[in-house]
Amino acid sequence: MSAVIEEHHDDHDHKPTGIGRWLFSTNHKDIGTMYLWFSFTMLFIGGALALVIRAELFEPGLQFVEPEFFNQLTTLHGLIMVFGVIMPAFVGLANWMVPLMIGAPDMALPRMNNWSFWLLPGAFGILIASLIMSIMGMGSAPNFGWTFYAPLSTTYGPDSTDYFIFSVHMMGISSIMGAINIIATIINMRAPGMTYMKMPIFVWTWFITAYLLIAVMPILAGVVTMMLTDRNFGTSFFDAAGGGDPVLFQHIFWFFGHPEVYIMILPAFGIISQIVPTFSRKKIFGYSSMVYATSSIAFLSFIVWAHHMFTTGMPVATELFFMYATMLIAVPTGVKVFNWVSTMWQGSLTFETPMLFAIAFIFLFTIGGFSGLMLSIVPADFQYHDTYFVVAHFHYVLVTGALYGIFAGVYYWLPKWTGNMYDESLGKWHFWVSTISVNILFFPMHFVGLAGMPRRIPDYNMQFAEFNQIASIGAFIFGFSQLILLYNVIKTIRGKNTEKATDQVWEGAEGLEWTLPSPAPFHSFTTPPTVK
Amino acid sequence: MNKDDKKVVKNLMFVVVGMFGFGFALVPLYDVLCEVTGLNGKTGVQYVSEEQMQVDTSREIKVEFLANLNANMPWEFKPLTTALRVHPGEVAKVVYVAKNTSDRDIIGNAVPSVSPGQAASYFMKTECFCFTEQVLKAGEEKVMPVVFIVDPAIDEDVREITLSYTFFIKPGSEDAKASVEASPAGSVSIALSTPLTQH
Repeated sequence: MSAVIEEHHDDHDHKPTGIGRWLFSTNHKDIGTMYLWFSFTMLFIGGALALVIRAELFEPGLQFVEPEFFNQLTTLHGLIMVFGVIMPAFVGLANWMVPLMIGAPDMALPRMNNWSFWLLPGAFGILIASLIMSIMGMGSAPNFGWTFYAPLSTTYGPDSTDYFIFSVHMMGISSIMGAINIIATIINMRAPGMTYMKMPIFVWTWFITAYLLIAVMPILAGVVTMMLTDRNFGTSFFDAAGGGDPVLFQHIFWFFGHPEVYIMILPAFGIISQIVPTFSRKKIFGYSSMVYATSSIAFLSFIVWAHHMFTTGMPVATELFFMYATMLIAVPTGVKVFNWVSTMWQGSLTFETPMLFAIAFIFLFTIGGFSGLMLSIVPADFQYHDTYFVVAHFHYVLVTGALYGIFAGVYYWLPKWTGNMYDESLGKWHFWVSTISVNILFFPMHFVGLAGMPRRIPDYNMQFAEFNQIASIGAFIFGFSQLILLYNVIKTIRGKNTEKATDQVWEGAEGLEWTLPSPAPFHSFTTPPTVK
Repeated sequence: MNKDDKKVVKNLMFVVVGMFGFGFALVPLYDVLCEVTGLNGKTGVQYVSEEQMQVDTSREIKVEFLANLNANMPWEFKPLTTALRVHPGEVAKVVYVAKNTSDRDIIGNAVPSVSPGQAASYFMKTECFCFTEQVLKAGEEKVMPVVFIVDPAIDEDVREITLSYTFFIKPGSEDAKASVEASPAGSVSIALSTPLTQH
């Protein structure tokens, strides 16, 4: 797991050794590395669950798992991918890159940083333990979907729901501390001359994301606390029989949940905004409009939550408000997409792996954005709601959106982290196999969804069989193609048969992180650089 | 931690605590919003008519009646009429029957709900067993009338309204049996001549 292999020892690195280096780490690079490896591990666990789901759905009828266990698979897959893969990967990238990009020696609160990370293995240990216990026949794991709607999670929740609640509390504390750390770093530790409007877009998007986290993670903590007291202490927040209301659960959950989906995409926007200018050898088009567009998306994310609940029986006026507010988000998002395309326009483009993933991101995320626009139309949503069309939509924005953004960022910065160039042809193999298979996997889901196949079911009507088989084949190719990335990353870290990376790494790269040696030394910017 | 970081952490912790509180504040806010707007079928308090409403004989609205029991409630509960056609503005009366099938006295509260939600604020109840708590002694049976008017101002699109009641045990009353004996409400009960199950 040693991410940094020392070659030229030009500053006085005193690295702790052994397991203590990682357990007690206060170094932003080591903590970033741990976040990224944690996320990578969770990607394979969550992916394995997805493959069991796709194997079951290969044919109609029940093949491998019981319906009760199928529900646990979908729930754990969703929770692990959202809270265990996408969010920690972004925090890991922020840990590594924010101090390097703003010329800071470390994060503002390094001890808290350590704690933020080490809460995560505990949180996911508990969650995954409930699945292992379920496999061993000791009661059910959480089985109510990652959205844990009441009363499925309150009155009818399995005993392990209390594990789940504790786990979510820990993830929430971890995220809040991580966000506070990032904000404090950005506000207080920018190098002299680095004004807010000179910060790299990745830093900007994380700055805004961190505020979103601070605003909504406490709401999530609140809603699981209400569940906890409803389940164990006789309150009836969500129990109609006691004067509560299950629909209230959905309102509170989505008041958290909608900003949450932007938490999972804004940092990816930032990564793409770093990569596209580098490989176009141009400055980013419309820097300030990028910043304002990101802020607008963050603001709008707070007033659109009920578009997840159009079928709960809302009055027409409310549905219209949430429909129009949702459609409004297409405007700042469109600004970003056009800015990326304009950045590429007349640039001298080269297509290394990070750029390939970035271009695929722009194209495929936009497809996901368009299906989101379709879902925002109230009368149409009554047909799409809770079908595979929704599944197709959010996998386009989360897999080919958020995850592709992370892949692009990992390839882009891996030479800076390790000092070695990754294997470009393996990178291209990873890209092409993933991109073809991910479309085989998720595109047919649009069609079965429109034809009426509901989500979260282990068995389905014969008419959906062909498209499900195609999707399952794509799923297995996509799943196993991630092993190429794992191999490539390990190969790059080990540094045998790889090229040494230069300090700038990429010909068109600009920014403070590229002024440091590759690999970035254990302690960097101990004297702040000056930004002109 | 230096001074600047302390300030940022302090301010952000206020936001965190504030938003945690806001999550809980959404509960009463949601209730108030539903009551003010009539969303979610929350009906108003007792309606007292100031003047005779104009009966709109040009249209009819079908009103359906439902009865539900909380899982812990050992009663039988049903409407004697399951559906009624009324003109908006017309005064109508239906009767619900409840029977305490347990061997202990129970105080119950009925919570009404009207669907669709947009009809809730036009559904006026002038008399309802849901306005007061209902006390049934062990084995006692009781008829409970509901008198209502549908406001003629109701949207033309609404052709059906469902009125649903859920009875649940008054919170905390199970510990205080003595109050049941002392309550005068128990004395107004009427024994039904026909058993409940025949309806």
